[in-house]
Amino acid sequence: MANQAHAHAETLALREQFDTAEQQKDASTLGMWIFLITEIMFFGGMFLMYTVYRDTYFPVFALASSSLNAVIGAINTAVLLCSSFTMVLAVRAAQLGQRNAIIIFLILTLILGIAFLGVKAYEWNEKFQEHHVPGPTFHLEGTGEQGQAQLFFSLYFAMTGLHALHMVVGCGMLIWLLVESRKGRFTAEYMTPVDIGGLYWHFVDIIWIFLFPLLYLIDRHLGK
Amino acid sequence: MITAAAQEREHYLNASYGIKSWLLTKDHKRIGLLYLFTVTLFFFIGGAFATLIRIELLTPQGGLVSSETYNKLFTMHGVTMVFFFLIPSIPATLGNFFLPMMIGARDLAFPRINLLSWYLLVIGGLFALFAMLAGGVDTGWTFYTPYSTTYSNTWVIATALGIFVAGFSSILTGLNFVVTVHRMRAPGMTWFRMPLFVWSNYATALIQILGTPVLAVTMVLVFCERVFHIGIFDPALGGDPVLFQHLFWFYSHPAVYIMVLPGMGVISELISVFSRKPVFGYSFVAFSSVAIAVLGFLVWGHHLFVSTQSVYAGMVFSFLSYFVAIPSAIKVFNWTATLYKGSISFATPMLYAFGFIGLFTIGGLTGLFVAALGIDVHVTDTYFVIAHFHYIMVGGTIMAYLGGLHYWWPKITGRMYPELWARLSALVIFLGFNLTFFPQFILGYLGMPRRYHVYPDEFQVLHVLSTAGASVLAAGYLIPMVYFVWSLRYGQMAGANPWGATGLEWQTASPPPVHNFDEMPVVTHEAYDYTTVLGEVEVG
Repeated sequence: MANQAHAHAETLALREQFDTAEQQKDASTLGMWIFLITEIMFFGGMFLMYTVYRDTYFPVFALASSSLNAVIGAINTAVLLCSSFTMVLAVRAAQLGQRNAIIIFLILTLILGIAFLGVKAYEWNEKFQEHHVPGPTFHLEGTGEQGQAQLFFSLYFAMTGLHALHMVVGCGMLIWLLVESRKGRFTAEYMTPVDIGGLYWHFVDIIWIFLFPLLYLIDRHLGK
Repeated sequence: MITAAAQEREHYLNASYGIKSWLLTKDHKRIGLLYLFTVTLFFFIGGAFATLIRIELLTPQGGLVSSETYNKLFTMHGVTMVFFFLIPSIPATLGNFFLPMMIGARDLAFPRINLLSWYLLVIGGLFALFAMLAGGVDTGWTFYTPYSTTYSNTWVIATALGIFVAGFSSILTGLNFVVTVHRMRAPGMTWFRMPLFVWSNYATALIQILGTPVLAVTMVLVFCERVFHIGIFDPALGGDPVLFQHLFWFYSHPAVYIMVLPGMGVISELISVFSRKPVFGYSFVAFSSVAIAVLGFLVWGHHLFVSTQSVYAGMVFSFLSYFVAIPSAIKVFNWTATLYKGSISFATPMLYAFGFIGLFTIGGLTGLFVAALGIDVHVTDTYFVIAHFHYIMVGGTIMAYLGGLHYWWPKITGRMYPELWARLSALVIFLGFNLTFFPQFILGYLGMPRRYHVYPDEFQVLHVLSTAGASVLAAGYLIPMVYFVWSLRYGQMAGANPWGATGLEWQTASPPPVHNFDEMPVVTHEAYDYTTVLGEVEVG
């Protein structure tokens, strides 16, 4: 039985190491979940550092946190949540085999992803003008502990930067999915890349859902 | 010698030719061999640094190289051996080659990712090699801050990048193994019919997946700290250098188990085959691998007993470290119990297995010494620690690696290695190893610190003994290099199952066909059921 399945020529929908399309889909999905676990550990290191320093230098971190623009952060959160919604719709369209709908929803997701990055770039630019970028010209008003304040912004840039890098990778992935769906690669029977691409996109979204309150919101009022 | 039929049969080695057929291969067996060449190369590079270290330590005055050069030598020895030899050694070579075969799969779940992971190791290795050739790096393989981030004037960035990239190679191998074990097992291959080598590689893969990303992000921050001076680990800005140590050891202690767990899996296979008995307490041995992987994540603080870590944390970490002894001892006792009333053969792989058990036991027991708070303060950063982890890494892992390589060599190449030479070299390695590292226990206990090349005269005798042992050990490692290459052309042809073993990898031709099995296997028995092996044993 197994050999008969194997006797078929290798196609995208069934690579030669697998016996059935179902086995292949299960393997790909599990592979993506495990990859996301490694990503959680990767970001986890930074979350740990942020937590430790926030605890150690609480007053300065609260002050630095209150200097961030929460409105822009909230807008970006909304943009990203919408992009996750359109991504779900793309996956749904793929399950139903609606090629045009996949393309439309992928484009929408891509636009929202790029919008997020655009807002992020604007926000970073603001930090440059306010001298909130770690370096020789760094200065945060209202505290004598410039080193600790700089530590906050180092972590802010490292974490949001790493997140943005994941967004860029995600946008690249969306473009690839778009090209492939225009070729009609994805059908109701074979849509694994859209499915696991969606998993990745939601993961990047969720990281932001943790970053936003951690950096912008918690105990913000104490820093005013 | 070679029969016409054997020449004509297509297998993974002769199915295609040319450099492209290797560099673009998706066959897990060929990728395993690519890894074999790569890690062997790094083993000899790391060995060259070790040689220079041992020659330098012949005399107490430290006349051969300057202190700065000596710092670079032990750093590059450690970096090469840990990140580019020991971590990929057994999983990426033997695991890559045999894990899919042992569970009856045609390949790993993601062959292209498998090839990618080899390229990542090569790219990471090239970064590290570049750093070595450009002038070296002197931070120690542990990259402690703030020295590595602020003060060192050597090639820290290139080396850190190399480790970062090689880390992703390790992550992807682990990911591939976990998915393969979950999704690719042949019909009838239940979890508790899997060979113990698969179990131990599975446990290893869990550590690779969960631990390596933390090292990666730590290396990213060391990189950022050096380039942008962002202050995460810089006390001048309020950063905490000890936080680096926590993050580094959160990976690097479990990494020790990445290095030794696959070796334990090899030993389980060898002990069973060469005493022709099922492994005693199979499920205990299987779960002890998982237990070691889990406990490995809870003990990193025992590397920080002399740092600013609180004494209470130290006590907890000390206590938890003792727990690791339980699954480790289960393995050793169960291997020994497997031997009981077995039909024991002293073929070369078994000699390595015996070597492993003895040396790992010494390494493990001295591990308890250094896990004890009081003793550790006395022996921290001395040769006692050096001797302890070399008993695990060299006496354990490399013994198992060589044992496994001999055991599976007929399957990989279709040829036997020369048994007499192999037994001789196993003996030479065992003697050379003990002569090299046993004196270091005494040196360390007497107070010889690690990472120093000038030392008091009274330590010279022990250092000379150690260097003499290292020469013997080096000879022991070179002999297999020669006869393995020799056997590729002149070795006796091996049948499908020269050891009379039970694993699925032995139920197909040697060397295996491209898709491993001409007919997909169906598993009906537990692992190590020797009543099912009908063929006679050819060797041993």
